[in-house]
Amino acid sequence: MLTNKVKNRILFLTLIFILSSAIIFFIIKSLNQNILYFSTPTNIKQKEDIIIGKSMRVGGMVKKNSIIIDEKNIQFIVTDFKNEILISYSGTVPNLFAEGKGVVAEGKLNDKFFFIADRILAKHDEKYMPPEIKKIMENNAK
Amino acid sequence: MLSNIGEILVFLILASSFLIIYNAYIDIKIRNQVVKRMIYNLSLFQITFTILCFFTLIIGFVNSDFSLINVYENSHTTKPLFYKIAGTWGNHEGSLLLWINILVLFSFLFLVFNFKHNKKFRLYTLIIQNILIIGFIIFLLLNSNPFSLIYPVPFEGLGLNPILQDPALAIHPPLLYIGFVGCSIYFSAAMASMLSEYKGKEFALSIKSWVQISWCFQTLGITVGSIWAYYELGWGGFWFWDPVENASLLPWFAITALMHSVMVLEKRNSLYAWVIILCLLTFILSVTGTFLVRSGILNSVHTFASDPSRGIYILLFLGLMIFTSLIIFFKKYKKESYNFNLKTRETFILVNNWFMAFFLVTVLVGILYPIFLDVVADIKISVGPPFYNIVIIPLIVPFLFLMTVGPQFKWINSQKVKFYQTLFFFFGAVIINLFIYYFFGSYSILTNLIFIVAIFLILQCFLDAKQSMYKKKIFEYPRIISHFGFGLLILCIGINHQYSLEEDFNLQVGESKKINNYEIYFKNIKIEQNKNYQSVIGNFKLTDLKKNLIQYLNPEIRVYSDPETLTYEAAIKSKITSDFYLTMSNVSRSEYYNIKFQNKPFMIWIWISAFIIALGGFVQLMLKKNEN
Repeated sequence: MLTNKVKNRILFLTLIFILSSAIIFFIIKSLNQNILYFSTPTNIKQKEDIIIGKSMRVGGMVKKNSIIIDEKNIQFIVTDFKNEILISYSGTVPNLFAEGKGVVAEGKLNDKFFFIADRILAKHDEKYMPPEIKKIMENNAK
Repeated sequence: MLSNIGEILVFLILASSFLIIYNAYIDIKIRNQVVKRMIYNLSLFQITFTILCFFTLIIGFVNSDFSLINVYENSHTTKPLFYKIAGTWGNHEGSLLLWINILVLFSFLFLVFNFKHNKKFRLYTLIIQNILIIGFIIFLLLNSNPFSLIYPVPFEGLGLNPILQDPALAIHPPLLYIGFVGCSIYFSAAMASMLSEYKGKEFALSIKSWVQISWCFQTLGITVGSIWAYYELGWGGFWFWDPVENASLLPWFAITALMHSVMVLEKRNSLYAWVIILCLLTFILSVTGTFLVRSGILNSVHTFASDPSRGIYILLFLGLMIFTSLIIFFKKYKKESYNFNLKTRETFILVNNWFMAFFLVTVLVGILYPIFLDVVADIKISVGPPFYNIVIIPLIVPFLFLMTVGPQFKWINSQKVKFYQTLFFFFGAVIINLFIYYFFGSYSILTNLIFIVAIFLILQCFLDAKQSMYKKKIFEYPRIISHFGFGLLILCIGINHQYSLEEDFNLQVGESKKINNYEIYFKNIKIEQNKNYQSVIGNFKLTDLKKNLIQYLNPEIRVYSDPETLTYEAAIKSKITSDFYLTMSNVSRSEYYNIKFQNKPFMIWIWISAFIIALGGFVQLMLKKNEN
């Protein structure tokens, strides 16, 4: 028979086990709901099951002569040299945002050709290129 | 010339490390309580060489000696003197030298100041600390030598990234390094404690001050980094849950847990194994953060030109550290008995540790999951603020509540519980919360719950302060100050988050825009020539229509010449109650300027409360000094 002490210990261990798995489950679950997937214009075009209205990131190059600015928005086209997507954004852009440079936009898809960004990321260094974009450019150059 | 001096000094540090290890090893076997004079002298030599070595590099930067690759790549003759000096640690090689400086400094200070403690324990600490020093010096020599030469000698340097040319960022690295690298000393002490069987209360007393020092500096360092991000990056926030910021939080959680459990070890002689784990974990997490940031896995302003071999070296070193510490830990681990009473202070400290462990795991998962997914499945994702907000913020409520209640209990056994008083304060907090709601006129359940617990904590701190002043319990002050700071911080973050006004729009010169009760008029722009940059300064007139108050805001666009970079400088008007924050940017010389306007209530109080938190730690150190 199990003594009281052993019983207590088993109870304690089970409790800790349940608690920690609940916590980990909770973390992973909220993680899965809140991650931002990174896509390219080509990805968006090809994927059937892309969810419109879910937050995500889109990256590529800002197409030359595509920036239009009016009193509300900045619109520009992001390309991965195969496909393009129109991005609209309102707010200040980071200092390295320019035509022909790499950019990552965070926001939501309106439809497959139009993306509304609420944040534009471009990093702090003129030599810097986001690794995701570097990879796309290398792949597409082949 | 400088290169030779520098390299000789590095070798001298290395040599003195080996000599210290050798002598300490021999001295351990001698059964007495006096550490040999020789070891003190060697340590003194070592610290002198290290400081000289660092000064040699500073001289290289100040004189713009471009024969050093490091200076050539990170400096420029037109740079102001202050940033030439700050440039010394604004790059990978120089910052590694600073890292070694702090390792050596702490090794020396620990030896000198802990003279009351067991000799064997001190010598083992010294040996392990010197093994760490040797490891990092080899790293420095192998692939990050700040004294490498370039030939032919260039006439002009490439310049420092302009975004780093900022006073906050000049002091941010040294502060953070004292915090993060300072952890190394109790990593060594924990290992030494296991090896020399020097345990319990004595061990707790030997590391307590060092834990506090590095905790204070980490807190300060993170705050300064956050202030910098606020006014330099132009987003107008103070924390972005960026992987790099999170990497700095990991050791902070561990060290905060450690700082609390060390007290349990000191007072109750319990939780020894847990304290050891936290000691080891803190430094391991510091190095992990360094690895993630330096290897280029996480991209940020901290990623100096990344080089995979660096990452591999740090990873190897890290693996070795974890491996050895685990082996020693399991070899020496002995079961302890815990007999904690539920209603005691130590139980609440344990609860604090659980929360810290939870926050730590959450942030660690948030950092590592994208990396993991990228390696395993080649899916690129990023984990942003929503994840952290959902997982961490709801837990702040019970956390703050327990933080208020916990210190009311006494050590070992406390029967008397001031239940009614606590309830009274809680209702006080609810009423103040209603005032906040009335004043600002909007609410959300979670934020207001946070307000309530934060105010609850603050009120309780006031009462504690009054009581400890009355009873002359000076040793309670640091706890009260830091906890008060934390309550204030959470309250201000809550208010700031809930009642910020943010608006993005585009304007041409001469146009104006109305937002709520503010009117912004874009008056003109003017161009100014400065020493190493040219700036376009916008002149905005901000009218508060309600109070009929006029203010002028002048955001800048700076064009630096070396290296050629644009930076946007935000115009910030700080007041006690709120900050006005305005940035302007311009794309491809268009007529329209992109404007971001923000009104952030209680912004300045976030910094103040973070400083109050750190102040608590410094007060503790001062009290301890007076005790001696």
